Amino acid sequence: MFAWLVMMRSNIVSVLLGGFALALWPLATGSFGVDLVAKTMIYAIVALSLELLVGATGLVCFGQAAFFGLAGYAAVKLSPEGAAASLWWLLPVAMAVGAAYALFMGALSLRTRGVYFIMVTLAFAQMAYYVVHDTPLGGGTDGIYLYVKPVAAIGSTLLIDLDRPLALYYFVFGCLVAVFGFLALLGRSRFGRALAGIRVNEQRMRATGFSTYPYKLAAFVVSGAIAGLAGFLFAVKDGFVNPELLSWHLSGAVLIMIILGGIGHLRGAVIGAFAFALLQEFFKSETIFGGFAKHWLLGLGLAIIVSVALLPRGLIGAGSLLTHRLTRTPRVEA
Amino acid sequence: MSALGVLLRATDVTRRFGGLVAVDRVSLELQRGTVHAVIGTNGAGKSTLINILSGELPASGGSVQLRGTDITRWTQARRARAGVGRSYQRTTIYPTFTVLENCRLAAQARHQRPWAWWADASACAVSVPAARDVAARAGLADVLDRPAGTLSHGQRRQLEIAMCLATAPEVLLLDEPLAGMGAEETERMLALLAELKAVHAIALVEHDMDAVFRIADRITVMVNGAVLASDTPDAVRRNPDVQAAYLGSQQ
Amino acid sequence: MSFETFLVQCLNSLQYGLLLFLVASGLTLIFGIMGVINLAHGSFYMIGAYMAYALAPLVGGGFFTTLALGLVLAVVLGYALEWAFFSFLYEREHLQQVLMTYGLILVFEELRSILVGDDVHGVQAPPWLAGSIPLGDLMTYPVYRLFISGVCLALAGSMWFVLARTRLGMTIRAGATNREMVQSLGIDIQFLYRVVFAAGVAIAVLAGMVAAPVSSVYPGMGNQVLIICFVVVVIGGIGSIRGALLAALLIGFVDTFGKVVFPQAAGVLVYVLMALILLWKPDGLFKAG
Repeated sequence: MFAWLVMMRSNIVSVLLGGFALALWPLATGSFGVDLVAKTMIYAIVALSLELLVGATGLVCFGQAAFFGLAGYAAVKLSPEGAAASLWWLLPVAMAVGAAYALFMGALSLRTRGVYFIMVTLAFAQMAYYVVHDTPLGGGTDGIYLYVKPVAAIGSTLLIDLDRPLALYYFVFGCLVAVFGFLALLGRSRFGRALAGIRVNEQRMRATGFSTYPYKLAAFVVSGAIAGLAGFLFAVKDGFVNPELLSWHLSGAVLIMIILGGIGHLRGAVIGAFAFALLQEFFKSETIFGGFAKHWLLGLGLAIIVSVALLPRGLIGAGSLLTHRLTRTPRVEA
Repeated sequence: MSALGVLLRATDVTRRFGGLVAVDRVSLELQRGTVHAVIGTNGAGKSTLINILSGELPASGGSVQLRGTDITRWTQARRARAGVGRSYQRTTIYPTFTVLENCRLAAQARHQRPWAWWADASACAVSVPAARDVAARAGLADVLDRPAGTLSHGQRRQLEIAMCLATAPEVLLLDEPLAGMGAEETERMLALLAELKAVHAIALVEHDMDAVFRIADRITVMVNGAVLASDTPDAVRRNPDVQAAYLGSQQ
Repeated sequence: MSFETFLVQCLNSLQYGLLLFLVASGLTLIFGIMGVINLAHGSFYMIGAYMAYALAPLVGGGFFTTLALGLVLAVVLGYALEWAFFSFLYEREHLQQVLMTYGLILVFEELRSILVGDDVHGVQAPPWLAGSIPLGDLMTYPVYRLFISGVCLALAGSMWFVLARTRLGMTIRAGATNREMVQSLGIDIQFLYRVVFAAGVAIAVLAGMVAAPVSSVYPGMGNQVLIICFVVVVIGGIGSIRGALLAALLIGFVDTFGKVVFPQAAGVLVYVLMALILLWKPDGLFKAG
């Protein structure tokens, strides 16, 4: 009992500490650091969206990049040429685009399961990639630019100007906190418990009277909306989108983030995003690897193999393994 | 037999797997206040029949009716919501959740409210009391906070029944609830079934013949997917075909 | 479109479809027998293509010698990889297999980049296959493409034959459904799996080698073929050989004619096909056969 309290409190404490660190980060670093962490926080939001599918519901989706990228493209394409779009409608619309594609993908892939499901989601993400890459809709491999970043205004009073890096950083931070809080509440709600039941024993869920398909589809739509939010933020941050935002390598990267951090925990998604960003920076570093740094994918690939092999429960799993060894509480394997 | 009390009726239910006929024109009635046992050797089609009644497997022919309504095409979830509860031969619980949460989630099926994303499910005024009640009736009141995966086999079978009851069903389809239970646990389960009998219509697939003859009001004997005999326990015991095919080796 | 053009496109579709079928068969073989989803399967195809490019000068240009050498190397590679890496994946969850083999893709791509560079290369077809046969009055068709179709059919056919009609095939299929049983019969299941895996790798490598003169050799070709193979499996239905063949041919036709008729939407058409088929049959064209 005491050990459980210790663990519980340490979860909240670690989340609060992390939040404070992120809030204070811009004070400790220059513009490169701010941009890097802003980007990582955006990845953390995508990772959280995938955690809802993989960790909470047990749906291994290999197509998250589609929701992310399509929303980013929507944000850029729907912004007027010379003026700043209004955040009030551009943001929800971008999220809706992510959600809409998730609805489409979910409706066609949720009838399948297992490996087949993974393949179908990957294939549908590729579909979105090719739409953006090949058709005039997307602007081709060069991508398209966002010339004026959206703002949030009431009347003539400017509330949020996303053109300013610091404002953007805190806006992203706010979104991350909001998404984290929302998913935390969702996880303990009736909907969230139903998703957990579907993950652990879908057969029993159906036998008790839950129609599981609508629940899974709803999870897809929510996940798509959140990934869309991240895509919007990414497009706004860089002022630029290209087809690589829908690349299956991005989908793979997000999967790695959540497994690296630890599936089944919201903190895991955030920790994984930061761990992945650190790994990337490490392997890309010319100071450490010199000329070899351009082959950083090799190091990353090896790191992925090793970390999945040795830490299948991720960094959090490694931490909890340690705690259980120390306190000797019984563990039940899922 | 009064037709008024018939809750579930199966008429000429058939199931084919390619060339194999697993269930061959089986008809069955489940009346409130009775236990209708289905017995037969392994492979006789008993579990397949239950799967068809519960909705997990579509029938190749025949019909299933619940209180007069044709539910043959209904999904399992829909039937469960309409009052058909089911327990499994192989324990189908949520091993990582606590016993209370197992029951609560089952009870939630009748009160789903998925849109209330801010509300803590463990404070649900409907599913929590229902869960406690059902767990107590199944004899699990003192293990509510334990992860279901740490329960003994007998306790898991009790949880299996509890979850079945949590949706407040009218019809209970029980697939070998006594499987693997010791003498004392069997007694407890039979006492529970006797209690439940008063309010529910129960279909019971079982191999434990002593238990079957103690508690059943009606017995259907299946052989190779078809009904060999369907009668009162005494009549079935005396039926020469049944004795030859099945009971002879049991006596 | 003239009749000759139509015929040419049909033959191209057939060739592409059969090639896809061959590669997809290797993927399904490994998944069906060992339960491992291997994302790096496309990388073996790429390795084959690069071997065709790199080995030819070493061996002195003999086509079949290059093929034979490539085959031997492929079997050795497959055997070693199964022993060093894939044998650890059998008990793992699919997600872990997906991610570990994804990491393997990155490793293979970068090793290729380091060893052979990132340039695009052409590979010559052997002179005795480099001719063309006439089609009608105006057009001709490259013999080599017919050769590719032939090789794919022959390989796929032999694979089917071994699996369906020989004792080895029976043992392999038995091992897929019941590992312990086969072991208790005294058969070394480890060795069997290693052989099957090596065969799967060899198929992909050979496909890459044979296709190289037509597809050229470029980075990213492995990933491209992998994803299309996934679409083949999704459309065909997982576990179904019939489905994979039909799906591969369908994709071959849609893609080839699509490039000619709708060049701007060419890449998307295959996925639209997939979406339509899933709408009609959520589990693909055929269930496990």
